[in-house]
Amino acid sequence: MGTAGLTIALAGNPNSGKTTIFNNITGARQHVGNYPGVTVERREGARNFQGQNLVIVDLPGTYSLTAYSLDEIVARNFIVEEKPDIIVNVLDAGNLERNLYLAVQLLELERPVALALNMVDTADKLGFKIDDKKLGQKLGVPIVRTVGNRNEGTDALLAAAVNAASVQQQPIRVDYGDDVEQKIALLTQELETVEDLKYPKRWLAVKLLENDSAVNENVAALQGGTKLLLSAEQARSALKTLCGDDAETVIADRRYRFVGEVFRDAVVKDDGAENFSDKVDKVLTNRVLGLPIFLVLMWLLFNFVFTVGAYPQEWIENGVGLLGKFVGSHMADGDLKSLIVDGIIGGVGGVITFLPNIVLLFLGISILEDSGYMARAAFVMDRVMRFAGLHGKSFIPMLMGFGCAVPAIMGTRTLENPRDRMVTIFVIPLMSCGARLPVYTLLISAFFAPDVAGTVLFSLYVLGIVLAVIVAFIIRGSMLKGDSEPFVMELPPYHMPALRSVLMHMWERAVLYLKKAGTIILAVSIIVWFLTSYPSEVDFTKDYEGLTAAADTAFTETVDQKVFAPLAAELLVAENAEEQSALESLTAEVDDVYAEFEEQTAELKAGSAELAALTTSKDEKLKQLETDNEKLYPLVAAFMDEKDKIKGVSEQIAALDTQFEEESEELEEGSAEFLALETEKDAKLTELEAENQKLFPLAVQYHELQSEHNEQIAQLEQQQASEKIAGSYAGRLGKMIEPVIAPLGFDWKIGIALITGFAAKEVVVSTLGTIYSIGEADETSAALKATLLADPTFSPLVAYALMAFVLIYVPCLTAMAVIKRETNSWKWTGFVVVYTTALAWIVSFIIYHGGQALGF
Amino acid sequence: MEKTLRYLKNGETGIISRVNGHGPVKRRIIDMGVVPGTSVTMVKCAPLGDPLEIKVKGFNLSLRKNEAALIELI
Repeated sequence: MGTAGLTIALAGNPNSGKTTIFNNITGARQHVGNYPGVTVERREGARNFQGQNLVIVDLPGTYSLTAYSLDEIVARNFIVEEKPDIIVNVLDAGNLERNLYLAVQLLELERPVALALNMVDTADKLGFKIDDKKLGQKLGVPIVRTVGNRNEGTDALLAAAVNAASVQQQPIRVDYGDDVEQKIALLTQELETVEDLKYPKRWLAVKLLENDSAVNENVAALQGGTKLLLSAEQARSALKTLCGDDAETVIADRRYRFVGEVFRDAVVKDDGAENFSDKVDKVLTNRVLGLPIFLVLMWLLFNFVFTVGAYPQEWIENGVGLLGKFVGSHMADGDLKSLIVDGIIGGVGGVITFLPNIVLLFLGISILEDSGYMARAAFVMDRVMRFAGLHGKSFIPMLMGFGCAVPAIMGTRTLENPRDRMVTIFVIPLMSCGARLPVYTLLISAFFAPDVAGTVLFSLYVLGIVLAVIVAFIIRGSMLKGDSEPFVMELPPYHMPALRSVLMHMWERAVLYLKKAGTIILAVSIIVWFLTSYPSEVDFTKDYEGLTAAADTAFTETVDQKVFAPLAAELLVAENAEEQSALESLTAEVDDVYAEFEEQTAELKAGSAELAALTTSKDEKLKQLETDNEKLYPLVAAFMDEKDKIKGVSEQIAALDTQFEEESEELEEGSAEFLALETEKDAKLTELEAENQKLFPLAVQYHELQSEHNEQIAQLEQQQASEKIAGSYAGRLGKMIEPVIAPLGFDWKIGIALITGFAAKEVVVSTLGTIYSIGEADETSAALKATLLADPTFSPLVAYALMAFVLIYVPCLTAMAVIKRETNSWKWTGFVVVYTTALAWIVSFIIYHGGQALGF
Repeated sequence: MEKTLRYLKNGETGIISRVNGHGPVKRRIIDMGVVPGTSVTMVKCAPLGDPLEIKVKGFNLSLRKNEAALIELI
């Protein structure tokens, strides 16, 4: 490969510790991609060793090099086509025979090989005594002892590998037995006459005898290929008659026989004691305990995710809220502010909030995978999965789907059989993903009592699972009929997961989720904001401005009449009629100064020069009036003071009310804590009264009038905003689909939310917030909940039907993109879109009408 | 009827005489080391009755009953 550097291909069985060694060699300097044209992960890393730049490619883990699985084809093609300088074959020392079966096949590809005898510590404990020198000599390649988990032997391995690249190797050649060897010789000779052979001749000959489909295809395309294929066919028939079994089986058998001899020559084992893993499995896959233990572990996993995750969730939520307020208060009102605060921070903030849960779920899954337990989970669950038309290996991707469908769908790569894989991909969207959780949280806490909340949430998850089983069953029985993948699966020995591996797995999946947030959801949030804000010139049915002004005036008048008049009657008393009228005009003048000041400074910021100037001007005018009316001014001043005090006390009352509302929000009326809070509030009010005996009744009245007024204004604002939304593009869209969703009890506003959910489920809640004009709403927003409750369209039944709809219908845009990539088919992606939406409609319909029939 | 792996009892050991079947299933079974002449021990059955777990060439392999039925023992 030249002095530029060396390429090392890492090959080996699954569970041989290959990836740990890869991590040991490359550290953080690695990245993941895809092999061109196929959905097989390609992991590459770099390392500088003894002055040389090494590129390390971690090939997919395989047990053999047949043409039956994409992983195997990718691995062998990489070696043959890209011709790495060395192949490092990682062997599990505790499983040597099976690992050597692959090793000799790698040798047949005629590239330099170095062997890593890995996990020698475990092999030792199992009683194996391996003479690695003898092994290396017999195989004709360098061999190095390693313990990947402890990063032992890595450098020695690299040294041996680098060395092997420059030395001419004489690797051993498998003896397939005289009868087979004769046929191999025959075919090899014929191959001599063919030009442009990419592959080593002997390897081709063996593969032709094995009836390898990929090789057959390649050879057919060559000049003289047809003749070769014919010869191969004849050779195969001859061997079948001779050996009593098809050539492929004979060859594999002979290969194992050969490997067995090499093994017995170099390895001795003390018999018998049960190994650690077997002991553990006595409990974990026990006939009786196995299933309950599995269920408990799953329950623990979910608990871990949600309860531990709640803490960082809160911090992030608070952080996002603060950010929103900060930005909001520092920006001028207008479209840009609305876009950033409501659109971007609102939309993306919601996604980030669920990041802790996603990360924890993937952490838990990584630990279970790396420790070896996941294979046991598939083992235990296979029967159930098969009944549903799925596969034991479908279990882990489906579990991941509860976090996020995107990595889950990618995780179906472990299913080799395309039919099993497709069905699994199709039902993963029904595993209620993390993005739907805010929708449930919002609707459940708004419409259902706290004591049934948990059950309602659980019922949704169960609904998803039940539907998944039904759908898988139907699809498997109709569209994707056929053989299931063999369940022949290794149950690897348990071992302590390497922290670095676990964190890396977790991190990779979390990053996928974040990327989704950073890109699609950001884009969707902006689009939603745009669709709901424009067109901005709407023809309102009422003159909102006028109505608001009228309400303001009415408020001021009533306050003057009911609150300030009695006060004035008491304080503004002059000695005679003439003075009285002078007093009244003075009061009016002072009022004017204050009113003018209010108006002029309404838009100004505290501490600004303009404000200071106007304040000085106001003070001067008052001073002037004081000097001009020495006798009467103090009365007016006192009156003004008392008015301010009333407003002050009224504010304090309001504050106590708000505090009570917030603190009692989660509590049940009539419960001990609720009553305690009420008592506390009353006590504080009494205290306040005692402090302001004279003014208290007036303050209470002011407070009541103020509250009424605020409500009125709020209502007008809401109505206006609602009309604005109705007139926006989003509103028009919503109205267009309304007839379709009306039978489900939904209205056009819900329609808008569902349309945005098409692109990303996380945006549904913030869209609802926008539609109901609660800026920056998330699932804990009391305002949003209150508004939903007040909306006549909504009821607990409609809320449940809506949640079911959100659960089932179309997975988000990113998930759909991944489905397209993994299935390589627009047809099937389209199928998923159609079936999930149709199913959602049907189920919601049943829930809504069934519920009504049952009297909900 | 020949004795197959499917009916091997827990703890029992058998020697493989032949692997039936064809295509990917058969190849997969053989690739894992389940070849004539090898001894296999039945470890247990999964809690729900299927699949089975066997010990072969020093490691634990699980396979479904219908796959185990393909493997004949001496």
